Amino acid sequence: MVLSPADKTNVKEILGPWVKALPYAGDHIAEALERMFLSFPTTKTYFPHFDLSHGSAQVKGHGKKVAKALTNAVEHLDDMPNALSALSDLDLHAHKLRVDPVNFKLLSHCLLVTLAAHLPAEFTPAVHASLDKFLASVSTVLTSKYR
Amino acid sequence: MGHFTEEDKATITSLWGKVNVEDAGGETLGRLLVVYPWTQRFFDSFGNLSSASAIMGNPKVKAHGKKVLTSLGGAIKHLDDLKGTFAQLSELHCDKLHVDPENFKLLGNVLVTVLAIHFGKEFTPEVQASWQKMVTAVASALSSRYH
Repeated sequence: MVLSPADKTNVKEILGPWVKALPYAGDHIAEALERMFLSFPTTKTYFPHFDLSHGSAQVKGHGKKVAKALTNAVEHLDDMPNALSALSDLDLHAHKLRVDPVNFKLLSHCLLVTLAAHLPAEFTPAVHASLDKFLASVSTVLTSKYR
Repeated sequence: MGHFTEEDKATITSLWGKVNVEDAGGETLGRLLVVYPWTQRFFDSFGNLSSASAIMGNPKVKAHGKKVLTSLGGAIKHLDDLKGTFAQLSELHCDKLHVDPENFKLLGNVLVTVLAIHFGKEFTPEVQASWQKMVTAVASALSSRYH
């Protein structure tokens, strides 16, 4: 699936604030993670070493990490494989984390829900579609080196 | 399959009480068709689905969306027997409509997203978790009679 020029515009517009303020992005991702752990308990199996309670500093810290990578992807929509590979994200997920691909869909969904809850006016059907495509693209790139 | 706690039931029922089923129905089905365009395969007779705005404004989409959500709302009173409640509809979706059950999952997640748009902060991670149980259970019940 390819991001159209319209998709790229939509993603850059709604996630513009992320690019401007990384802590804002980090908060959103931390919330998405919390939503994911509650709604899809199987995802917790990747974090046995984490305190997953509400407001956990570890989840917040993890949110910042993921936010940095995703924000980087937003700034490099034309060249995501390269941008994500530069952060060793591909090898990280393929050989170290080995997160089953199904989980990227779960986090993506929870991120959409978070954005929908916080930015209802901006979250139009067209933007919803573009964001879903963007997150699916990121997921595909992250799992591209799995085997 | 999900077991609904008394808290889940209370959460689901109270939120649903505040939903405008007509608006939410059109919104949910419309977004399904926009975000996952292949789902349009079931709606050739619906007329103009050529753009996001055409889909969201299409009166047949709105009417059908209302029908689907009304049925879902009716099931909320029978959360302990969704399989029984949806038995006939399951047969219908298999034998007459030939709908791949994967679509039920997609619709369920779009509904959760629409609820997030409407309820914002009120759609907390805990509330979302109850609703994820709900849509998963409905999807499962609707596919239970497939053969």
